[in-house]
Amino acid sequence: MDWRKKDYLAREDIEALQLKRLKEVVERVYHLVPFYRQKFDELGVKPHDIKSLDDLRRLPFTVKQDLRDHYPFGMFAVPMEQIVRIHSSSGTTGKPTVVGYTAHDMRVWTEVMCRTFSMAKVGPGDVVHNAYGYGLFTGGLGFHYGAEGVGAAVVPSSVGFTKRQLMLMRDFGATVLCSTPSYALHLAEVASEEGLNPREDFRLRAGFFGAEPASKGLRENVSKVWGIRYCECYGLSEIIGPGVAASCEHDELHIFEDHFLPEVIDPETGEPLPEGEEGELVFTTLTKQGLPLIRYRTRDIATLYKAPCKCGRTILRMGRVIGRSDDMLIVSGVNVFPSQVEHVLTQVEGLTPNYVIVLDKRGVLDVLEVWVEVDERVFTGDIGALENLKRKLEEELANALFLRARVKLVEPKTLERSMGKAKRVVDRRELESITK
Amino acid sequence: MRAKFAVKQLSIFLENRKGRLKEVTQVLAEAKVNIRALALAESAEFGILRLVVDNPEKARSILSSAGFTVKEQDVFAVEVPDKPGGFYQVVKLLADQDINIDYTYAFVGGKDKAILIFKVPDRLFEKALETVQQGGLPLVKPVFFYGS
Repeated sequence: MDWRKKDYLAREDIEALQLKRLKEVVERVYHLVPFYRQKFDELGVKPHDIKSLDDLRRLPFTVKQDLRDHYPFGMFAVPMEQIVRIHSSSGTTGKPTVVGYTAHDMRVWTEVMCRTFSMAKVGPGDVVHNAYGYGLFTGGLGFHYGAEGVGAAVVPSSVGFTKRQLMLMRDFGATVLCSTPSYALHLAEVASEEGLNPREDFRLRAGFFGAEPASKGLRENVSKVWGIRYCECYGLSEIIGPGVAASCEHDELHIFEDHFLPEVIDPETGEPLPEGEEGELVFTTLTKQGLPLIRYRTRDIATLYKAPCKCGRTILRMGRVIGRSDDMLIVSGVNVFPSQVEHVLTQVEGLTPNYVIVLDKRGVLDVLEVWVEVDERVFTGDIGALENLKRKLEEELANALFLRARVKLVEPKTLERSMGKAKRVVDRRELESITK
Repeated sequence: MRAKFAVKQLSIFLENRKGRLKEVTQVLAEAKVNIRALALAESAEFGILRLVVDNPEKARSILSSAGFTVKEQDVFAVEVPDKPGGFYQVVKLLADQDINIDYTYAFVGGKDKAILIFKVPDRLFEKALETVQQGGLPLVKPVFFYGS
């Protein structure tokens, strides 16, 4: 089927397709992934028990830890000779989460990214400036393949070297920008400092932004300062990467649900919630071969809406992600768990000092600081030792987080505590209005 | 020799924050602890206040309970003539024996004497004391600082 039509199927056709694919994926994981066979057996559910989409609730959940426990390839459903691409998260306290794609999965990924780009009718003649990081992170290559798929010219500029990026955007006549929203704002600021007018001196008409939470204010700012359509992109590497959902011309975030079957559940009880209620987003991959996942808990809190959209698309919509059901932080598009920071602190000095993670904005960019209490276990009385400690912590944090973190050594009891329990994260970024 | 000549120095970790030095000294003043010698080391973000006081145990305990991070370390003090070359004499002795000086500070001890305080790596402490003594320079006993 032409992918252009897939966003406009009748509801019953979408659901019939989903059920057919759900049965297939359940059959496949049961026979090919020992982890799932065991889980299914524990719950006393067999693939043939899945007779309707409602039966989805009988299936086990998958969580990030399951992927870590089966590092690197233990949850793959195909032999390695069928894997053509591997991506990986930065890895948290222990193992990174590794995802593998077959040639078929790459076609699925490209398709959903084509559908993403079609939200702003990107195609031949467009110049797509892709400032997502190329590498293990799925952002760079995900957008790259989609842009090629719709026939646009891609500039794989990746991250960094802001002034050069601006020069390329200007000289190559970029019409579409792909980046994190905060980087888009940073680009605009640097352009202005260089005496350029983002709206007039560039040819941008649309941008595809994701990988970090963006408040309504940030989205509007990006859109205004560049004078462009803001397309939001939602995704996670475990499900496919970018390309799980994208926002249309009416600013509604559509899930490509013929590939990724969404649910919203109560994060406490695991019970599915009815449409329109806020809860944790859960996805079942319907078509992925390499790493099919059943009821993967994203930890993202959002809402689903089924009513057709004004844009004419029938695939369902999700509200903006309004938070997380765990403590994961997103800093400049990079996932950070406080436990990663704690792990580094513990490893470096063999003790767990009190610390607090402080997130702030410098200009428009995220800044991560780790404030470490200098107590009598850490303090030798020597200034050089403290400077070494600070430097070593910064190095180790950069290695573990793939992100520059500034370490600040502070006196004990200066860190905020609430309810007698150490408060580990202070987020000073303005995210109070992520919701619409 | 350590037992005879080690002077207890307190190092206090301080953030570079307005008023923080005032708070330490206020705590000490209110507890009637007399500061006999001091030095302040600083980096861009934090500092270490080093004190030799008349009552190190008391000072340490009140500072700790006031929430300061305090470390006690052994230093030694040498009396030298308050004239050119006084400091050089000691440093030369130590350098000739390959004894590294972590840091040092000094004050004029009255009359024509100056008192120099030295911090050396702990494993070289004993050797440093012997070196100074054999070099014919008077080590200052802790009672000089602690005595009422």
